[in-house]
Amino acid sequence: MSSVIIERWLRQLRRAPRQAFLDWPLLVALLLLAFCGLATLYSASDLDGKLVLNQALRLLMGTVLMLVIARIPPNTLRTWTPWLYAASLLLLVAVAVLGQGRGANRWLNLGFMRFQPSELVKLTLPMMVAWYLHARDLPPRWITLAAVAVLIGVPALMIAKQPDLGTALLVVASGVFAVFLAGLAWWRIGALLCSAAAIAPLAWHFMHEYQRDRLRMFLNPESDPLGNGWHIIQSEIAVGSGGWFGKGWHHGTQSRLEFLPEHTTDFVFAVFSEEWGLIGVLALLALYIFIVGRGLAIAANARDTYSRLLAGSFSMAFFVYVMVNGGMITGLLPVVGVPLPLISYGGTSAVSLLAGFGVLMSIHAHRKLLPR
Amino acid sequence: MKRRLGNVRSTAPSRSGIKDAHRESAHFRTRAIAGFILIVICLAALAARFAWLQIARHDEFSARSDNNRISVRSIAPARGLIYDRNGVLLAENAAAFKLEVVPEHVQNMQKMLDSLGAVIALSDDDIERFNALRRGKHAFESIPLRFKLSEDEIARFSTERWQFPGVSLVPYLTRVYPHGEEFAHVVGYVGRVDAAEAATLDTDRYAGTTHIGKTGIERSYESQLHGEPGYEQVEVNVDQHPLRVIRSVAPTPGKNLYLSIDARMQQAAMDAFDGRAGAAVALDPRNGEVLAMVSVPSFNPNLFVNGISHSDYAALINSPFKPLLNRAIAGNFVPGSTVKPFLGLGGLELGLRKPEDTVLSTGEFFIPGHARAYRDDKRGGQGRVDLVQAIAHSVNTYFYSLALDMGIDRFSAWMGKFGFGQPTGIDLVGEASGVLPSREWKRAHFNQPFFPGETVIAGIGQGYWVVTPVQLAQALATLADRGVRHQVHLLRAIQNGINSAPKLLPIAAPQTSFLHNPANWIPIQQGMIDVVNGGGTASGIGNGFAYTIAGKTGTAERYSRTDETWQNIMTVSIEHHEVLFEAFAPADAPRIAVVVALHAGHTGAHDAAPIARAILDAWAKYDDDKGQTP
Repeated sequence: MSSVIIERWLRQLRRAPRQAFLDWPLLVALLLLAFCGLATLYSASDLDGKLVLNQALRLLMGTVLMLVIARIPPNTLRTWTPWLYAASLLLLVAVAVLGQGRGANRWLNLGFMRFQPSELVKLTLPMMVAWYLHARDLPPRWITLAAVAVLIGVPALMIAKQPDLGTALLVVASGVFAVFLAGLAWWRIGALLCSAAAIAPLAWHFMHEYQRDRLRMFLNPESDPLGNGWHIIQSEIAVGSGGWFGKGWHHGTQSRLEFLPEHTTDFVFAVFSEEWGLIGVLALLALYIFIVGRGLAIAANARDTYSRLLAGSFSMAFFVYVMVNGGMITGLLPVVGVPLPLISYGGTSAVSLLAGFGVLMSIHAHRKLLPR
Repeated sequence: MKRRLGNVRSTAPSRSGIKDAHRESAHFRTRAIAGFILIVICLAALAARFAWLQIARHDEFSARSDNNRISVRSIAPARGLIYDRNGVLLAENAAAFKLEVVPEHVQNMQKMLDSLGAVIALSDDDIERFNALRRGKHAFESIPLRFKLSEDEIARFSTERWQFPGVSLVPYLTRVYPHGEEFAHVVGYVGRVDAAEAATLDTDRYAGTTHIGKTGIERSYESQLHGEPGYEQVEVNVDQHPLRVIRSVAPTPGKNLYLSIDARMQQAAMDAFDGRAGAAVALDPRNGEVLAMVSVPSFNPNLFVNGISHSDYAALINSPFKPLLNRAIAGNFVPGSTVKPFLGLGGLELGLRKPEDTVLSTGEFFIPGHARAYRDDKRGGQGRVDLVQAIAHSVNTYFYSLALDMGIDRFSAWMGKFGFGQPTGIDLVGEASGVLPSREWKRAHFNQPFFPGETVIAGIGQGYWVVTPVQLAQALATLADRGVRHQVHLLRAIQNGINSAPKLLPIAAPQTSFLHNPANWIPIQQGMIDVVNGGGTASGIGNGFAYTIAGKTGTAERYSRTDETWQNIMTVSIEHHEVLFEAFAPADAPRIAVVVALHAGHTGAHDAAPIARAILDAWAKYDDDKGQTP
């Protein structure tokens, strides 16, 4: 009797890997990051419990969504992909018509929360590109590239129009990574990069004045220290004054005394750097690189092209968010409104990122049986 | 790599619809690894950037971060106190209350000011100054609206304060002059630092200071009285809002000053003037200390401290009696006969006269060869007089003749030894220099030679002569101390902190006497004693006084007489005369020399001498060499 139960239990245990829809290392890393984010926000908001609770609820919502998505097989996700993509395009149209935001139309007011469709596109766009490439011969040829360019270009232009150049570039990046991972020939990549460099001056022509100011300030922030250069200078001061070990949690004067603008959102990394120093920064970067590496490993073991490209491009895009935000707060890159993933205050970004990791977990759960 | 990719393409079953899953997966792996390497390189670059900012440039950014958050604010030192020689307070710092307004807490400023005006009197001046101060300040900074609230006003505001958010009662130290008018010209007053002063002040020392000495001792000893400011380092936020004090260093209060003046003598002098325009200066001839110094009319210096109102200021400025003028050091008086003892001494010293030489006074004096008559005060003259009698009865003819014999060059050189025609250098700002007639002076001012007739009238202190009371007092003290000139000064001792003993200032070594023959002093002294005690021009003024007084009257004409007739001097309008009296006592060993000058009066004896006597009485009453330490 008992042997039967044990035998059944052992059989279940053997089957468990196939049913485990959670990638524990990834989950732990994400939770660690989220916790780190909440602690930093609590300090950056000068102990604003309400704000932290708000963000915690969103993270919780995102985690639930992640766990739900993780149970959906990638094949199902793939069949939904065109619809999700179309829906996110519709939301971008809605934003253009009904949107809200300071100086830019980025948000839709859903009543209980404000929703930023461009954050959703960061997930649906790589899904769509992966879906498209899944059914094509790889590596892609020019004709395929042209179709992909349309898939990427439409939402990217709409986001750039909001205007939100930063997010638009990140959206483009996530699509481009899918193409890169699909094995686009290096010579084609070279050709594309050259032509991009050739048309870059044209981009200056289409930029808004404030975007040009940001670029100018990036090149020489001290030329207008109280105006447009303020963000960069104060952020560098915050980071630099952190030193090796930082000023300690809630002892960052740059944020507490409000010298650092946007210290709970785009510049939260500067607060973290000020309070935890280089040691903290390296630890945080290590955590991020672990998550990205884990995502790429999941991609490498994925069962089909769609899963591989989606998991790979999402992971690489995730890295780009970190890179762009970190580059911005250290003056390495121009100021673009890109949040630090899972740390910056902001619901849509957190929820859509966690949803994306849900997809990764689903792909992980349905990976190839025999690791190669 | 390229070659390999080419391979992949050529061997792929293209367009067949069957994908080579295995090859594609392998291809993906190489790409993922390439991507990961790229990521690691990028993140390494980012980490390097962090290290560059946080380690290599840490000191720089740390300093800039502190610069951001730490603001240094000055704490003004408490101003030094001013005492008289006996420790009577002449200028103190009193706790007072002012109303301050934080604009950011006031919803409707105009409405608030209107309703606050119903509780506490607010003048147009107050509101004007308040609005001026508000400009260029942050909305969270407290702006003073009314200074020095009365107890009544404090009580009224306290019960109504709930109506006025953003308005608060703030304690502060204000300068108070308890003796008011009596010391207004000596002590002076402080006032708010104005724009011109702000431009020249040491900005570190005066960073938190609102008031500065404007006149009198308050001005001349500003650097001692001011003290050294303290500071506090305050943590501020981006709006410069102070959040907490990090470190503070207490200010060093200014030094306390002890003047040589005796407040009781000052009071007696002020009372004796009874409002008549003029000035009095009493010196200690042994060392040049000022014992009393008044200028009448005076004003209330307390009005100036927190900003005088337009109407009060207009009243002071428009008064024909010029109460703001310190007549003791800047009032111009014609010395008249008060110069005679000095001239008499010069006659002896220069060998032009012997004490027993006489002159016949007929009532008129003529320069040989000239027709113009120079008169005595008495019709028919005084008869034959020697030097003592000439001083006692103020006989003009004696001094006309002496001045003429001396000649203008020797005359002005001799009188210059007493300090006539130069500022005394007293420790007050705004001293006038007076005029000692001389060939150079006339050449400079009129571009004319000096005429003998002018020398004659210079002999009786008329003509171009102008003295200030302090100048005449210094000359008198020099005479009283037998030709030894002392620097006239008001500051006697300095106290560095309330717990230390006041330090007497070293007195500049006096010059040696310029008299060749000390015996020459005796007939001058006798003449001046006789003025008071020997039936002279000020007879009776010394009655009942403990010491012998030596004095000399002066009644100077303010305008030229238009006719040649003698008039009874007592019936001439007092407006025609400036009257003076100079005296020292005790006559043998003088310890006080006093000069009284009035802009209008009948004679020096009639109007000025009684004031001098009142000052001498106060001096005699309180004179106590032992007790004269601060």
